[in-house]
Amino acid sequence: MAEFRLPKNSRIRKGRHFAAADGSANVRRFAVYRYDPDSGENPRVDTYEVDVDSCGPMVLDALIKIKNEIDPTLTFRRSCREGICGSCAMNIDGGNTLACTRAIDSVKGDVKIYPLPHMPVVKDLVPDLTNFYAQYASIKPWLQTRTPPPPDRERLQSKEDQELINEPAACILCACCSTSCPSYWWNSDRYLGPAALLAAYRWLVDSRDEATGERLDELEDPFRLYRCHTIMNCTQTCPKDLNPAQAIAETKKMLVERRY
Amino acid sequence: MSNTERPLSPHLSIYRWPITMTLSILHRATGVAMAVGFLVLAAWLVSAATGPEEYARFGATMSTVIGQLLLVGLSFAFFYHLMNGIRHLVWDTGRGLEKRQAIASAWFVLVASIAATALFWVMLL
Repeated sequence: MAEFRLPKNSRIRKGRHFAAADGSANVRRFAVYRYDPDSGENPRVDTYEVDVDSCGPMVLDALIKIKNEIDPTLTFRRSCREGICGSCAMNIDGGNTLACTRAIDSVKGDVKIYPLPHMPVVKDLVPDLTNFYAQYASIKPWLQTRTPPPPDRERLQSKEDQELINEPAACILCACCSTSCPSYWWNSDRYLGPAALLAAYRWLVDSRDEATGERLDELEDPFRLYRCHTIMNCTQTCPKDLNPAQAIAETKKMLVERRY
Repeated sequence: MSNTERPLSPHLSIYRWPITMTLSILHRATGVAMAVGFLVLAAWLVSAATGPEEYARFGATMSTVIGQLLLVGLSFAFFYHLMNGIRHLVWDTGRGLEKRQAIASAWFVLVASIAATALFWVMLL
């Protein structure tokens, strides 16, 4: 159900301010969501002043600089720092994206950083993605076949068939899209969300997969698929420029077309 | 620790609304507004069936500033919901879902429905 207000334990309090060191020339302010599970206190927003002249260009560079030089308690996920692992997905300047590919310069004013929206927070910028991953697993993201493979080679695909799965297979499961979706905010217990549905589509259109019918049966549900109302936040926010909304529309089409 | 003890990260209050999301919620709002608006239509018919005095009273009520604003709002709801509904039908065929296309069609529907409302009232008055 849609619950517009944050629960009592989630309302954000004013946090601390960390001023820049004297002599910093080019200072930018970073307002960062903080939550410490051990303190028993509500989340807060701390502000850090960072000299961006001595910092890398991306928001992730600033977060690492804050953690290294200003406040070692700041917690966030990061790994590849080149937009392929999806670890540093967070809400920056009001939109979900990867901190490692979002330039500090592209943000006007204070750089506001929150965890991915409407998710249980483990600590600071680290959301609990258990449900998200369970939903991904539920669409059975592997090749399902009934016929035996050819004895002398792999199951081959034409170039055209490969191109169908090229884009949806490029999803890195960063969860930016699903957590940008208001429908997912209100119904993440029953609606699969854009990321899982894009993955489902990737297997639906795979020419080698032989469980298309069963996959469509699983999706034909007022909540699992049809909570998508084409709000389009998923496609607007995807840091890999993929199009979950298109994949969902194509899936809905497949469900209609198989009746005739 | 169970999830329910964990705080929920902020959502509506921090998300920067894309134009497509604004149109989506407006589509639902205008749908509800029209459902309520049918009561106004029903009241008009009831007043006509009741007699000339009731009918005149209904006309006077709707001629007030609030009544006029209500009618302008309802006509906008109608034009907006109609045009955005067509946009949704096009989407259902799998077309127009590219990021830039969706933004362009959003602005088109918004401007066109405001223009249609204005034209409707210019022709009416």
